[in-house]
This record gives sequence, structure tokens and C-alpha cells, in this order.
Amino acid sequence: MSSVVENAAPPPLALGRARWIGFQTIVIREFHRIIRIWSQTILPSAVTATLYFVIFGTVIGSRIGPMGGFGYMMYIAPGLIMQAVINNSYTNVVSSFFGAKFGKHVEELLVSPLPSWLIVSGYVTGGVVRGAMVGVAVTAVALFFTHLPVLHPLIVVGAAVLTSVTFSLGGFLNAMFAKNFDQVSIIPTFLLSPLTYLGGVFYSITRLPQWAQHLSLADPILYMVNAFRFGFLGVSDVGVGEAFAIMLIAVTGLFTAAVVLMERGAGIRE
Amino acid sequence: MNALSVRDLTKTYRNGVQALKGIDLNVEQGDFFALLGPNGAGKTTLIGIVTSLVKKTGGEASIFGYDIDRDLEAAKSCIGVVPQEINFNMFETPETIVVNQAGFYGIPRPVARERAERYLRQLQLWDKRKHASRGLSGGMKRRLMIARALMHEPRLLILDEPTAGVDIEIRRSMWDFLRQINRSGTTIILTTHYLEEAESLCRNIAIIDGGRIIERDRMSNLLRRLHTETFVISLREPLAQAPSLTPYAARLTDEHTLEVEVSKDANLNDLFERLSAHGIEALSMRNKVNRLEEIFMRLVDKGAAA
Repeated sequence: MSSVVENAAPPPLALGRARWIGFQTIVIREFHRIIRIWSQTILPSAVTATLYFVIFGTVIGSRIGPMGGFGYMMYIAPGLIMQAVINNSYTNVVSSFFGAKFGKHVEELLVSPLPSWLIVSGYVTGGVVRGAMVGVAVTAVALFFTHLPVLHPLIVVGAAVLTSVTFSLGGFLNAMFAKNFDQVSIIPTFLLSPLTYLGGVFYSITRLPQWAQHLSLADPILYMVNAFRFGFLGVSDVGVGEAFAIMLIAVTGLFTAAVVLMERGAGIRE
Repeated sequence: MNALSVRDLTKTYRNGVQALKGIDLNVEQGDFFALLGPNGAGKTTLIGIVTSLVKKTGGEASIFGYDIDRDLEAAKSCIGVVPQEINFNMFETPETIVVNQAGFYGIPRPVARERAERYLRQLQLWDKRKHASRGLSGGMKRRLMIARALMHEPRLLILDEPTAGVDIEIRRSMWDFLRQINRSGTTIILTTHYLEEAESLCRNIAIIDGGRIIERDRMSNLLRRLHTETFVISLREPLAQAPSLTPYAARLTDEHTLEVEVSKDANLNDLFERLSAHGIEALSMRNKVNRLEEIFMRLVDKGAAA
């Protein structure tokens, strides 16, 4: 063995470049994780979406008739894509960051000079990458069953990205506080799934009684799904501007919370 | 300049345990420094604070003049840490682990790959670079953590029990490697339970116990004060229990073998007189320390040369 350590070098001066490389490294690591376990990360959503299209679209949808002026299959397609984006963004970050906590390799990041906001951003970008990959896969499945116009591409991309960031941040916060694997699955099971199913994925809330419509407006996922659907079909149960405002507020609030808690070391430092 | 400077450092955990009770410690640049102490003495807490894994309750700490409160990023850039517990992703390969670690310190990927090859080769892990890390042996996992800690070429390397569970041959090659790292200018702080390891490698030493530094000296000075040797004496007649040989501590390992702990400056004639007074005949005597290790190393070296 021989040594080659150059010791006189000061800490990196090109801080911005160093941070960019650090950020890229987290994202690349997350991407490799998604690819390495593709049968757990990509495949299930594609299979589930296929089942939804077969059951809700073909079997039940034909009896429901048109919704919002569109065939039922076409109407639910944006909602199903968004559902997959939400679930996968959340799940990716919560499982990856909690896994890093559980296996203690989160310490690799904590001892490094990367600031908290960059670590949060790296994990969130990983969640967005998975959300996007799964979103594309589910869209491809949807195109086997229905035609899907894109009337407002920027709204489609904007709504998908902001929603993905929101739920990636949610997953990050969940992972910070989770002490075991049960606590990782509680929120997706008991909060995320009900809010998604009641968030207008499968129906327009105009079909609901008045009180249920008012109740639905308290569900943030309703705004995300409808903004996304508006981007494809040009129809929405809520104001699109209002929906984007809610998403931006959610992203800002959750990002701030995640960074502040990271700085305090909540759940990750003694 | 001090590589590490700690002033009145305190840590009280939420459960009320006071792990550090006002530590003052300086480690000079270029030193090979031993931080010793029993389990629960506060060594890992001290390292945790310096590496920002543990939040201090009070006091100050700086790395090469960078205060961990005011210049944390700069301070962290100077440190490489090898923790006591295995803490890499077991599903990743050694190559991925070390290249990613370099990335977290802002090292561009092409440079990181070159360094990965260099350190994985030096630590005899190159052949395993594409294997899942969970399949590595205990010693390989420890060496992987050393390679990982060196990827950003830190000015201060902190090793918390780096050779725990590592076999003698590998441990010795790790010692050689660490000596070379230190000779090239890297300051090293080592905690270990293998006292011979600290004795062999380190020039200065601090002993921590109950959250306080109870000793801080040059290794050579301390050894003169603390060193004892254990002699293994073969007996002609069997003994049922160990005799009282005060001031020497004696214990039977079997009925024909007596181990006696003797201060390094003690007069051995006195020991033999006490044995004779108990009617004990010694057939032979040997120094227990390192004997098996030496034989093992000679056999291994001979085997490698054959």
C-alpha cells in the first residue's frame, strides 16, 4: 500500500460548482436506485394503471357514459397519470430517505459539506424523476386505451412538476419523523390514498351533492388533478390559477419546513 | 496550527445522560493522535460533534481554524471520518459508494473515478469494486469505509475503531497504510480498543473517561507510566487456585498455567521469590503480549513467500 494524499489544498473555493456536483450526485444516486429496483419502482404503477383502464374505463366506464363532455376513459386518464405521479414521488423519497436513515448511510451526506437545502433538493429531484418516469409509463399505457389530446402543454408540465415536488417534500418530511417501516406506510395508506381517490381522479365533483362538493374543495389533490386535466382536456372543476397558487404555497411551505427541520437535525442527528 | 481544537465542550442527551462534561483538547496538524477510553466514555460523542452528527450542548470546536458553528461547511470539507458502525448502502457497489462520496464533497466524477481506483487498489478492494457491498467480509467493509473517507483527500482523518473485527494480517497492512497517510501530512485521530494499535501508531494520546479528559500526554511518556506486562508461567505441579502474589495480580488459565501481571519496572527476582514462598516451581516463562500475533505473521509471510 502506498499513500498519495495531497494535504495542503484548502477547502474547495468554487463553492457553487462543488454544490452543483453534490446535487448531481444525489440525483444520479436516486436515479440508479430507481433503475436498479425498476420492478418495484416503475412496473407496479404501469400494471395498476392498466387494470384501472380495463376495469374502470372499459368494463364500468361504458355504463357511466361521458363526463365533462369527454368519454369516461379519456376523462380519467389525466387523473390516473397524476395519481401515479403523486404516489411514486411520495414513495420514492420516503423509502429512499428512510432507508438511508435506517441503514445509517444518510451519515454520508450529513458529514459532507452539502447544505441542508441542497440535500432536500437532491432527494426531491429524485422523487420528481421517478414521478416523471412513472407518469410517462402510465401515459403510454393510457394511449393504448384512449386518445389523449394536450391542449396546454405548459400547464400539464407545470402541474405535474409542482405536484411531484409537493409530494416528494411530503415524503421527505414523513421519512424524517418515521422511526420504523410502519410509520413510513401509515401516511400513504391512511391519508394519501383516500385524498387521491376523493380528489376527482375518477369523477367530476359537479356530480356530487352540494355538501360533498364543498368538502372536496378542502382536498388539495383535487386542485392538482384538475389543473393537470385542464392541461390535457381544457376542463376543470376548480380555477386553474387557484390550483397553481395552492401548489406553489404547498411547495414553499413544505420546502421551508424540510430545510428547517434538517438544520435542527430532527430525527437524524442526536 | 491545530487540526482540532475543542474548548469546554459539553453534551447532555435528551435522556439526561451527560456524555461530555467540559472537554478541552488540541490536536496538532500532522499528529497521529490516539483517543482512548472505555465504552461509554464519550469518544464517539466527541467525534460525532466534530463531524456534526451530534449537536453539542455547549462549548466550541474548530477544525483547522474553521469554527463548526460559524464555518461548518469549510470545517466539514477538512474532515474524513471512518465511523465505528458500518454505514454505507449495502446494495451499492464499493466503486459507487466511494465515487458518490467524492461527489458529495464536490469532486468531479472523472477525478472521483481515478481516486476510486487508487484507493480501492491500495486498500485491496479493487477486485471487489463491482460486487454488492453486503457481500464483503467484515475487514473489507472496514477498508471500504477508509477508502470512502479518503476520497476528498481530507486534512484530518478521524478513525473510530477502524480495525474492529479485522484479522491480524489485514490490520497490520491497514496500520502501514495509515502510517503512510499520516507521513504525507494528514492528521489522524484514532480511537481503538486495541491498545497495541494505539501504541504502535500514535505519537500523542488522550484518555477520556466519564465525559472528561483524564490524561493527555505523549505516547512515550504515558507508556513509561502505565505499561505493565503479562507473563505466562508454566508450572511443574498443578494448582487448584491462583496464589496471592501481592502486589502482582495472578490468575490461573488452567491448572498448569499461571498468568501474572507485572509492572514494567518491577524486579522479577521479587516475583520468583514470592512464587518460591508458595512452593511453586516455574518450568518456563514467556511474555504474553503479541506472541501469537508474531508467530502468525511469520507463518503468513513464509506462506506468501513460498
